[in-house]
Amino acid sequence: MLKRRPTIRDHSAEANLFARRAFVGFVFVTILVAVLLSNLYTIQVDDHQDYQTRSNDNRIKVIPIAPNRGLIYDRNGVLLAENKPVYNLEVIPEDVDDLDTSLSEMSKLIDISEQQRNDFIKDIKHNRRFKSQVLKARLNEQEVAKFSVNQHKFPGFSIEARLARYYPYADTLTHALGYVAKLNRKELTKLESQDQATNYRATHDIGKLGIEKYYEQLLHGQVGSQRVEVNNRGRVIRTLSMTPPEPGHDLVLTLDIGLQQIAQHALKDMRGAIVVMDAKDGGVLALYSNPSYDPNLFVHGISSKNYKALLNPDRPLINRTTQGRYAPASTVKPHMAILALEEGLVTEHTKMWDPGFFQIPNVEHKWRDWKRWGHGHVDVYKAIEESCDTYFYDVSYRLGITKISDFMAQFGFGDLTGIDIHEETTAILPSKEWKEGRFRESWWRGDTISVGIGQGYWTATPMQIANATNILVNKGLNHPPHLVQVAKKENEVTQINNDEKPPVVLKNPDHWRISLDAMHNTVKKVTGTAHRAFKGANYDPAGKTGTAQVVSIAQGERYDAKSLKERQRDNAIYIGFAPFDDPQIVVSVVVENTGGGSSVGAPIARQLMDYYFSANPVTLAGSAKQ
Amino acid sequence: MQLNDKRSIWDKLHLDLPLLIALLAMMGASLAIVYSASGQNSAMMVRHATRMAGAIIGMFILAQFSPATLKRLVIPMYCAGLLMLVGVLLFGVSSKGAQRWLDLGVTRFQPSELMKIAVPMMVAWYIGRNHLPPRALHLVVGFTIVMLPTLLIKEQPDLGTSILIASSGVFVLFLSGLSWRLIGFLTGLVALAAWPFWHYGMHAYQKQRVLTLFNPESDPLGSGYHIIQSKIAIGSGGIEGKGWLQGTQSQLEFLPERHTDFIFSVLSEEFGLFGVCLLLCMYLFIIGRGLYIAVNAQDAFGKLLAGALTLTFFVYVFVNIGMVSGLLPVVGVPLPLISYGGTSMVTLMAGFGIIMSIATDKRMLLK
Repeated sequence: MLKRRPTIRDHSAEANLFARRAFVGFVFVTILVAVLLSNLYTIQVDDHQDYQTRSNDNRIKVIPIAPNRGLIYDRNGVLLAENKPVYNLEVIPEDVDDLDTSLSEMSKLIDISEQQRNDFIKDIKHNRRFKSQVLKARLNEQEVAKFSVNQHKFPGFSIEARLARYYPYADTLTHALGYVAKLNRKELTKLESQDQATNYRATHDIGKLGIEKYYEQLLHGQVGSQRVEVNNRGRVIRTLSMTPPEPGHDLVLTLDIGLQQIAQHALKDMRGAIVVMDAKDGGVLALYSNPSYDPNLFVHGISSKNYKALLNPDRPLINRTTQGRYAPASTVKPHMAILALEEGLVTEHTKMWDPGFFQIPNVEHKWRDWKRWGHGHVDVYKAIEESCDTYFYDVSYRLGITKISDFMAQFGFGDLTGIDIHEETTAILPSKEWKEGRFRESWWRGDTISVGIGQGYWTATPMQIANATNILVNKGLNHPPHLVQVAKKENEVTQINNDEKPPVVLKNPDHWRISLDAMHNTVKKVTGTAHRAFKGANYDPAGKTGTAQVVSIAQGERYDAKSLKERQRDNAIYIGFAPFDDPQIVVSVVVENTGGGSSVGAPIARQLMDYYFSANPVTLAGSAKQ
Repeated sequence: MQLNDKRSIWDKLHLDLPLLIALLAMMGASLAIVYSASGQNSAMMVRHATRMAGAIIGMFILAQFSPATLKRLVIPMYCAGLLMLVGVLLFGVSSKGAQRWLDLGVTRFQPSELMKIAVPMMVAWYIGRNHLPPRALHLVVGFTIVMLPTLLIKEQPDLGTSILIASSGVFVLFLSGLSWRLIGFLTGLVALAAWPFWHYGMHAYQKQRVLTLFNPESDPLGSGYHIIQSKIAIGSGGIEGKGWLQGTQSQLEFLPERHTDFIFSVLSEEFGLFGVCLLLCMYLFIIGRGLYIAVNAQDAFGKLLAGALTLTFFVYVFVNIGMVSGLLPVVGVPLPLISYGGTSMVTLMAGFGIIMSIATDKRMLLK
C-alpha cells in the first residue's frame, strides 16, 4: 500500500486539470454524437427511398386472384362448358382446440380416409398454423349439407369453394371442346417465355386440348390482385387495395349440340368420324369422333386405371375428324371430273366404254371396277352417279399426277384446314416430289391410276373431305372450317373466323354445274348410289358415296367382307349437301371397316340432314322459312 | 446562485432539478415508445412503469447518502461484487447461453450490475486519495481494480457489460489527468492486442456479430437479419417518421428485440430524424449537466465519480445507437432510460442518485 505523501495537495490546480479533462470529454462526446448523427442522416435522408421500398417489400404482399374462365356455348346458346364450384373441407389448425378429437368427430360426419387424414397431418406439420389446409377435396352436396348443419361444433373447420371446369355433355363434345387440367411445369415455362406467367399466378387449370387449348388466351382472362399487409410470419393483417380479376371471353360455337348428339347416336359403337359444316360460312355444326371419352375425368387428374382404359385398340384419344387419315375414295370423283373437263380431256357428252377394268397400254395389270362386268357406255354424269372407277382410271392416267395434285391442293387436300383446334394432321396428297421425299423412289405412272379414285397413296381427314366438298358446292368459294363464331365479354362481341381463303377459279365455271348435277342425280336417280338412303326426304339432297379399300385385293381375287378380318374391311364414306339449289349444310361421314358408303355412310348422313332440316325447315324451292 | 444562503427545497431533498426534469422527460418518452414497441401491451406497460417508479425511489434513496458515506461503502461493495462474480462463474444460473445470474432463492441477482457502480466508485476513491495526476504505481493499481471484474464478466460471457465496466474505470483514469503520452501509448497497445484478442479472446458468436456488421447482407436471414431489419426501420422513418404506433417494421414485428436493445429503431421509424435529434439533444443535455456537476464537485472523489458515471452513460448511448444503425457490432447494450427492462434502469438511476448526492453535497458545505 502506498502511504499518503506529506505534500500539500494543490486543489485548484487539480480542479483545473479535471475541468480541462471534463471539457475534453465533452468535446469527444459531441464529436461522437456528430458521427452517430451523420450516419443516421445517411440512412434516414440519403438512403430513405431505398429503405422505404424495402420496408414496403417486407410488409406488402400481393395475392393474385384467378379470373373466371370464359364459358362456352353452342350456336343456340346451350351451355357446353361451365365453371362449377368444387367444395373442399379445410382446417386452420390454429383455430382448433383439440385437433385429434375434432378429426375423429368429423369422420363420423363425413367419410375421411386414413390416407386423407395422414396427408392432412403431414401438411399442417409443414405449414404455418394459421394457414388453411385441405382435409378433404371435392365434397359432394350431401357432405356439404351435413357439414353446414354442424359447422358450429367445429371451430377452425370451413368449406372453401373453388371454380372448376365442368362439361355437362361429357363425351359428346370431347374432341371439339377438349378439356382443361392442372397447369404443369412445362406449360408454366412456356407461359414464362410469353410473359404470361404473372397472369397465371392464381390459375389452377389450363386448356390442354381442343378449343380449350386453342382459345386459351381468350378464355383465361386477366388475373386480379389484392394488396395485403402481412406481419413477419406472413399472416395477413389487412387488405390495402384490390384489383378485381377480368373474366375471360365467353365463346359461342358454330356447333349445334342437337346435331352433335345425333352424330354420336348414329355412330353407336362404330369407329368413325362425322363433320357437318354450314355451307354458307364454313362454321362446323357437328364434329364427332367415335369412340369418345369423358373429359371431366381429366379435369381433376385422371387416375392411372382410367387412363389405361383409354389406351385401347379403338384409340378413343385420337380425334378422327382431324387426325384420322382415310383414303377419300370415290368422294373425290366430282373434283376429278371437273379437272378432266377443265383440261379438255372429256366434255359433258364424251362417252367411254367400260369393260369392268382399265389397263395401261402394253401392261398386263388390270385395274378393276367395283362392278365386275362394267358400266357399259359411261359419260361424266353416269361416272359420278354410279361411281364408275374405270372412267376415272382412264382420266387420271391421261391427266398425270402433277395436274391432279396441283388441282386437289386448291381444295385443301394435303394441307391443314386451319380449323381452330391444334389436333390436326395434313394427311397425304401424293405428288412426284412427295414420293421422292418419302420413299426415295420416282413416281410410277401406275401410281396415278388408283389416285384417280381417291385411293393409293392419297389420304385425307374427314375435315379435309368436308372442306373440299364445301368448296365444291360453293362453286369455288372457300370458307375454311371453324368452330368458334364469336367471343363475348360483357357487352362487347367480337366476330372471329369470318375470313375467306382465295377461291378456286375455273376456266369454265359451267363445269361446277356438271359435277354438282351428277351429285344431285346420285341421290335422285334410282340408279344413283345414294338413292335408297334418301328416299322420301322432305328436302332436296345431293351427295357422293365412297367405299375405301383398307387392304389391296390381289389380282383376280374378289373382295369378300366375310373372309377378311374386321380391321381389314372397307371404310364407308359419304359426302353430301342440301338443299341442292341453295346449299345450307355439308356433311362428311367416315365409318371404319363397315363396308359400303351407300349402305352405311349415306344413311348416317340422312339422319343428320333430317335432324337439321326439321329444326331449320326449308321449302323444296330451297330457301329457308325461318 | 452558489452564494445564495437559502437552500432551495431541491437542495434539501438532495435533488438536482435540471437533471431530474431531463430524466423524468426521458422516462415519459420511454413509456410512449415502449407502448408502441410492445404492440400496445398494457401488462408490459404496468411492469415498465412499476420498475421506473422503483428506479426513481432508488435514485432518491442513494441521493440521500453523502459522498463521505459512499466512500466508506466503497471497499465492501467492490469486494462483495468481486466475490459474487466469482460465484456466478462457479455456480451461477444460465440463460440464453450466458451465465450471468446468482439465484438468491427469492430473486435472481446480476452481480455485474452492482459492479457498474462499484468499479468507478472504487477507482475514483483510490485515485482521489492521492494527488492528481496519479503516479505510475497508482495507475497500475487502478488498472488492476478495473480489469479484474472486467475479465470475470467477459467470461460469463457478457461483452457489452464488460465494455461498460472497463470504460467506466478508464474514464476515471482519464479524468484524473492521465498523461496524453501514456494515453497514446496505451491506445497503440490496445490496437496491437486486438489481433490476438480476435483469435483467442472472442466467442464465435461475438466474432460473427462483428463480421456481420461489415456486411450484414451476407447472411440476411441469420445474424444479419437484426441489423438489416433495424436499418430498414431507421431508414424508412425518413425525416418526419411514420408516426407514433404507425411504424410498420415494429408493429408488424419485422424488427427483433424491438422493446429492448432495438428500441432506438422503433423511435427512428416512428419519429424520424426529428425524433432522433431531439433524443440526442436530451442525452447531450444530461451528459453536459453531469459533467457540470462533476466539475463543481467538492473533492476529487466526487469529481472523478460523477464524471466517470456521466461518460459511461454516454458509452451506453453510443454503443446502442452505433449498433442498431450498423456502426458497431451487436453487443447487447440497452438504450439508456428508454429500453424496456428493469435492471439497467435501476443501475442507471442509482448512478444518477450518486451524481445528485455529489451535486448537492457542496451546497451543504456552503451553508
